[in-house]
Amino acid sequence: MKQMFLRRLYFVAVALFLAAPLIVVAGVSVNEKQDLAFPPVGFSLSWYAQIFLDPEWRRALIASVVLALTSAALAVAIALPLAWFLWRRIAPWANIFQLLGVAPFVLPPVITALGFLTFWATVGLYGQPWTAAISHAIFFVTLPLVTLSLGFASIDRSLVEAASTMGADDRTVLKTVVLPLILPYLVSGYAFAFVLSLNEYIVAYMTIGFVMETLPIKIFNALRYGYTPTMAAVSVFFVAIAALVFGLIAWFGDIRRLLGAMSSEEN
Amino acid sequence: MRREPPKSLADYTPLFFPAIMLVVFFVMPFSTMIAVSFFKRDPAGFYTPDFVIDNYARFLSAFFGRVLGFSLMLSVMVAICCVVIAFPFTYMLTRRSRAVQTVWLVCLLSVLSLSEVIIGFAWSTLFSRTAGITNLFVWLGLMQEPVALLPGFGAVLTGMVYQALPYTILVLYPALVRLDPTLLEAARTLGASPVRAFVNVVTPALRNTIVATLIMVFVFALGSYLLPQILGRPQHWTLSVLITDQAIYQSNMPFAAAMAVFLVLISLALVGLTLLVGRKENAL
Repeated sequence: MKQMFLRRLYFVAVALFLAAPLIVVAGVSVNEKQDLAFPPVGFSLSWYAQIFLDPEWRRALIASVVLALTSAALAVAIALPLAWFLWRRIAPWANIFQLLGVAPFVLPPVITALGFLTFWATVGLYGQPWTAAISHAIFFVTLPLVTLSLGFASIDRSLVEAASTMGADDRTVLKTVVLPLILPYLVSGYAFAFVLSLNEYIVAYMTIGFVMETLPIKIFNALRYGYTPTMAAVSVFFVAIAALVFGLIAWFGDIRRLLGAMSSEEN
Repeated sequence: MRREPPKSLADYTPLFFPAIMLVVFFVMPFSTMIAVSFFKRDPAGFYTPDFVIDNYARFLSAFFGRVLGFSLMLSVMVAICCVVIAFPFTYMLTRRSRAVQTVWLVCLLSVLSLSEVIIGFAWSTLFSRTAGITNLFVWLGLMQEPVALLPGFGAVLTGMVYQALPYTILVLYPALVRLDPTLLEAARTLGASPVRAFVNVVTPALRNTIVATLIMVFVFALGSYLLPQILGRPQHWTLSVLITDQAIYQSNMPFAAAMAVFLVLISLALVGLTLLVGRKENAL
């Protein structure tokens, strides 16, 4: 009894620690006046409206969403054929590409960001908006690569074998058997890359920071001139999007399996 | 469909696009950065091609030695705090129902994906005098008047533990969720209390996982670049902050590149160490 109480207490303590800054930020975001006050004074949702009405915040919002949509699509386009090849063929040296795909995620982000900055500056394309999309795609390719590898590993090979003995060629097998089976993994990989790209600061800053503002860049730049409730509103907006996306993944897929629990049957 | 070795060039087709993208946009930027670390600074532009080792020689100075020492110390502290909090937590989480686990994982992923900018902003608000936690203490009658808890070392450490905690839990999760349940049943049948079973059975069985997680969280914390700036004073700046600072504000790309190469070497050595520890675990 005492142990169960202590366990509950521990869970509540961790939950409070994780939620505390977000609770304060959410409180600040509904303040009536421009002041940063907590507990909030009055109640107003006007700072949320500002994200869409203020031309600067709106521009940053659109830039972020476009960047996240395109870079996540490109990341999936790189990861899918690679994961398929590694599943289909015995070619040990091809694992080097998997390693290259995981590397940018394991190393401190500053390094990858600086690599992109020197590269784009050297080839003379520094500041072009599309360079940020490619940079983000490479930076986040790890996520669809990992989820897709899990997806391929979960396919029962005899199922595919059956299709090919019935006379289906590689292309038909891929289209009719493999793709439908890995679709949930593909969607989650895309969603993971999308959410992280939306929140990413340093790579975006080092590639397009001087010509364009994404939302995180805009928040950081605005921080220097003091705090505004709009920043708080944007932060709440970000948490809501992340929770929504991951919630949908959990609803339609098996998030425990995606994060390393062996299979959905166990536990 | 069994795995087969590629027979013709056509079999390699799926590899073309990923290989080109990764080589052109990852290997080449990386190589460019290494090359630039030997170049000379050009105050007017980015740099001029050259071969000098000044950039490397420069951080042998006492100043960079201090920054490096501080970065390593801070990351070690973050890693220890996170593992100490996360290990029992993750263990308890894996014993809960699937629904509870799923809800927690969604929340942890949401916090993990938060921009460092937002984490920095959120904690600076929480630690501020006007909208901070001390207002709550005043309201509860524990304090006379609200105070600012930042900038300072405590604020930097708290922010970084916050940033790394979801990561730590998610790194520990697979190992703990796959832990052989018979191991615990045996301990319980022999009369061990749950706490005793956790301390005497689970923890030693996962010793290598714990070491590997410590190293991974350490590398993760080493990459923090905004929190020390937002929550700390200049003496709390880490190597990652200095790299950003040199690259963007001082526009000394060669020096920034040299520091980045150095950070890569440290990280790679540590990641290699993690793999080595992990391999021993699998051998058991």
